[in-house]
Amino acid sequence: MKKSKSLLLLTILVYFFLIGPLVIIMAASFSDTNYLTFPGKGFTLKWYAQVLTMSSFIDSARTSIIVAVVSTLFALALGLPAAYALNRYRFRGKEVIKTVFLSPVLIPVIVLGFIMLRYVVNAFKMPVMPSLLIGHTLLGIPYVMRVVTAALSNFDFAIEEAAGSLGATKVYCFFNIILPNIKSAIASASIMAMINSFNNVSLSAFLTGPGVNVLPIEMMAYVEYHFDPTIAALATLLMVATLAVMLIIEKTLGLKSVV
Amino acid sequence: MNWIKNKAWIFMILPGILFLAVFMLIPLCTLLIATFFPNEGAFSLSAYGEIVRSTYFQQVFVRSIKLSILSTLVCAVLGYPAAYYIAKFSKNKGMLMAFAVFPMFTSPVIRSFSWMVILGKKGIVNKLLVSAGLFAKPQSLLYNEFSITVGFVQLFLPLMILSLIGVLESIPDDLTLAARNLGCTAMETFVKITLPLSVSGLVTGSVLVFTGCITAYTTPQLLGGTDTRVLSTMIYQYAMSLGDWINASVVAVIMIIVTMLISSVFNAVSKKVNPLT
Repeated sequence: MKKSKSLLLLTILVYFFLIGPLVIIMAASFSDTNYLTFPGKGFTLKWYAQVLTMSSFIDSARTSIIVAVVSTLFALALGLPAAYALNRYRFRGKEVIKTVFLSPVLIPVIVLGFIMLRYVVNAFKMPVMPSLLIGHTLLGIPYVMRVVTAALSNFDFAIEEAAGSLGATKVYCFFNIILPNIKSAIASASIMAMINSFNNVSLSAFLTGPGVNVLPIEMMAYVEYHFDPTIAALATLLMVATLAVMLIIEKTLGLKSVV
Repeated sequence: MNWIKNKAWIFMILPGILFLAVFMLIPLCTLLIATFFPNEGAFSLSAYGEIVRSTYFQQVFVRSIKLSILSTLVCAVLGYPAAYYIAKFSKNKGMLMAFAVFPMFTSPVIRSFSWMVILGKKGIVNKLLVSAGLFAKPQSLLYNEFSITVGFVQLFLPLMILSLIGVLESIPDDLTLAARNLGCTAMETFVKITLPLSVSGLVTGSVLVFTGCITAYTTPQLLGGTDTRVLSTMIYQYAMSLGDWINASVVAVIMIIVTMLISSVFNAVSKKVNPLT
């Protein structure tokens, strides 16, 4: 048992390294000093009040949420039918088509941002919001494809055929038989796609422009010039939200189905 | 109508294919082709030749590869024992997995920023080093290869741990017990049974960590700054600060080649080493 004791010690150190810095940020957000420091001095909630009055953070957070939700819906609209067709129909070139749908994860996101800026945004003179939505949809499609394909490969299509022979139309079957059977897969894919979109920097760094910004880019710009506890307060709020999301996932889908 | 029914798959796949083609695949091909015609003239490899010869690029390229390899190694060395403990001994597996997932769900901006607080001039590490008498006065530990590596390891360690837990869990305890019964020492059992059977997880984790490191932008931008650039921050610098599209494109192509090369080499190695395949 001595072996497992030293392993335990190592594991604790590893987790200290993973979580410690985040705890330090949380602690520093309550510090009554004008610069960020740990351990902090005094206790104040004024930085939280400050964050909630800063329109740059509020506006960009709203944009981030809109982009995350809408791009995930787009990714579902494009990815779901394709995943269904790949599992349901017989045709040639399936592997190639599947690879195409998974390809956004094979290309570095920073490169994706660059080519979108150069050959899509600049070429079509596209405004910021549509380019953000399109870019983040690209990021979401592989999640939908991977998770939904896995769920459908366990689905017994005989159920659908039975419904069909009883008179159900294809569309009726898709919404009333297929979708309810893969809804937890759809939920996990959507959550992963939304979190990934909300935290994305590399793509948005190329696509945001004057007037429209997303939260991670706004935060990066802020920390390059300011070093006060405001950003720690914002980070703490986001981490609390992350914990809440994780708790909801654990209660409904189970964390294991998501990662 | 019958034709539509049989070919219905086309209409299900087409919107997605068109979307990916217009916004990603065609732009990607255009980028690739453009790098071979740098002066809007005839085919030429001069864009590649120029950048490969520049000492700035060489320095950044070597640094990117070096930091990615180093971070992958550190992740493997730290992640393996932790994953082993979680898979084999832990009573709170779900809890420990959740604590590994939590940083993954947290913005990379926040995670990199936390190291700015810890390693900065007024940070806790400096305070400790000064009070221990190791430093005469506080000095910044940021904006160098060390701070980038620390950031990378913290960023990608969860991926390594999660990749390993799955594989280690699937190794039956009977196998290791049998080896011990037949006279293997604990060390021999580990080297001959557990390690070879977990290589696939180690490879999956390493590919994720390496490609993550070499393409990461936030961490090197915040913790490396302008003095310590890597490939991703170099692409951004060329494209956005210098408006040098050709060099940005060439570096982008090189980055794609490196990531694809590394993942295929790792996967080939994994197939060779894994006794089950």
